[in-house]
Amino acid sequence: MSNFSELMSRNRVTRARQRKAANAVMLTLTGLVTVLALIPLFWIIGYVIIRGGKNINLDFFIHMPTPMGVAGGGVLSAIEGTLVVTILAAIFAIPPGVLAAFYAARYPNTPLGVALRFSTDVLSGVPSIVVGLFAYAVIVVPMKHYSGLAGGAALAVLMLPTIIRTTEEMLKLVPGTLREASLGLGAPEWKTSLSVLFPAASSGIITGFLLALARATGETAPLLMTALGNERFDIAQIIRSGIRSHMNVLQIFWRIINQPVDSLPLALWKYAQQPYPERVEQAWAVALVLILFVLIINVTSRVWIQTRIRRMKG
Amino acid sequence: MDMKMEISESVFKPAVEGDSPAKVEVRDLSVYYGKFRALADINLLVHEKRITAIIGPSGCGKSTLLRSFNRMNDLTPGCRMEGEIRLDGENVLSSGMDVVNVRRRVGMVFQRPNPFPKSIFDNVAYGPRLYGIHNKLDLEGIVEHSLKSSALWNEVKDKLNQSGLSISGGQQQRLCIARALAVEPEVILMDEPASALDPISTLKIEELMQELKKNYTIVIVTHNMQQAARVSDYTAMMMIDDARAGRMIEYDATNIIFTRPKDKRTEDYVTGRFG
Repeated sequence: MSNFSELMSRNRVTRARQRKAANAVMLTLTGLVTVLALIPLFWIIGYVIIRGGKNINLDFFIHMPTPMGVAGGGVLSAIEGTLVVTILAAIFAIPPGVLAAFYAARYPNTPLGVALRFSTDVLSGVPSIVVGLFAYAVIVVPMKHYSGLAGGAALAVLMLPTIIRTTEEMLKLVPGTLREASLGLGAPEWKTSLSVLFPAASSGIITGFLLALARATGETAPLLMTALGNERFDIAQIIRSGIRSHMNVLQIFWRIINQPVDSLPLALWKYAQQPYPERVEQAWAVALVLILFVLIINVTSRVWIQTRIRRMKG
Repeated sequence: MDMKMEISESVFKPAVEGDSPAKVEVRDLSVYYGKFRALADINLLVHEKRITAIIGPSGCGKSTLLRSFNRMNDLTPGCRMEGEIRLDGENVLSSGMDVVNVRRRVGMVFQRPNPFPKSIFDNVAYGPRLYGIHNKLDLEGIVEHSLKSSALWNEVKDKLNQSGLSISGGQQQRLCIARALAVEPEVILMDEPASALDPISTLKIEELMQELKKNYTIVIVTHNMQQAARVSDYTAMMMIDDARAGRMIEYDATNIIFTRPKDKRTEDYVTGRFG
């Protein structure tokens, strides 16, 4: 028997025991830390559900806020305002974002493509409050008043990097052979992009939109300097008065976006620092609504994309 | 062994006098990627309604040559082509030639099945729709005819609305052939069409090719020598020279290439001694 085998067999049992002990320790340690990492997540969600759930009822969703110190009322103005600014943001951000991403995916190594990638990286790191300040200077100041329009523009700037990045990545993931198959049939480049590239990448692109939207929905800082907040923002009321004074659809639409609007994060921020206990309780309820909002966007997008992928794969 | 001396002469004239007329004539074709010359002085005459196989070791430019026929090389940045490729006498490489029309007349089937992530019907109807056919009845007729021509109709006729990705790999490749047939091409280029398929699917594709050559001119690139011997009427043998440019070293009727080739290198290659 060689020297090595002899030495090895001498302490084989000890070493096996040591190895098992080390395994048990590390497994416990990593498991514990994983649980530790999950605690804040469930704590936040659980706490918000418990505190906010108490104050949520149907009235909360369908009524305007009551005056200070008066109990009851809802946050319809904030829900409507959030919808207005996020929809505006999507309208402003998605078309240019997708087109820019298409260019970057198609011509990644041109000066313009490189510049786009670099600037989206920089833009995604800019603090949201700075973007708010920018929208304030560029839109609010010249227009001389706060507006949902300015809020939507600020959120759009925040959404752009996510949209450009995900769209570009998704377009790059489409196999080049699909493009060749289409061009090989004599399809021009634009037709190939529209009817093969974008549909093939659409699931991922739309996920990008929704992630960006969910992110923008929760933004507060940029809205402080643009949308401002407006507890009396009431779309139904604007439409009714618009119809009474014979305005056309465009005029009514302009009126909706051309005035300060409320939003859920803004309402949360304001309610939480008021001296009335009912208001603070309502702040929790707003937090819950906000979380649900984001959750619904996330879950529906995921479910929708899953079914789409399943349908495509057959 | 000076390669430059040996090219051209034997390959420039029809492989067999009196066989069907020339469909595609390649004359002194050179293809460059930037400064690198990938193909040098290729001459080849493709007979109408015959299957012409292009064989040769990896990296000798078989695919580059095939992709010159329908100007797919245009898509590679920095690619430049010199010489002529005459399709029914018209030079497809001339700047006045409409690339869209070339690609309609010269269809292509790729190495891996690449159906669009659309329904089986929409995959086949994609080409006709490009050329302005939108009437549902017309499209249905074309789709059925194309799928029958690619021997896929019986397998998919009840699930035309299912995704083109839901069928097997061999079926997907026949779907891609149907998609190419739908725009009624004259020439079909096949770039190793069975290399990603199992033996039974390969056999089906090969049988299909025999059927298709009644109406179409087929050029196939293949790594599989048995396949070239089984399916083709003519075989072109390519190899790279000392400057790493692909050259055609021999072109003849397939039975001659595989039984009594003139070039020693062809003999070595087809008997499996190298490559």
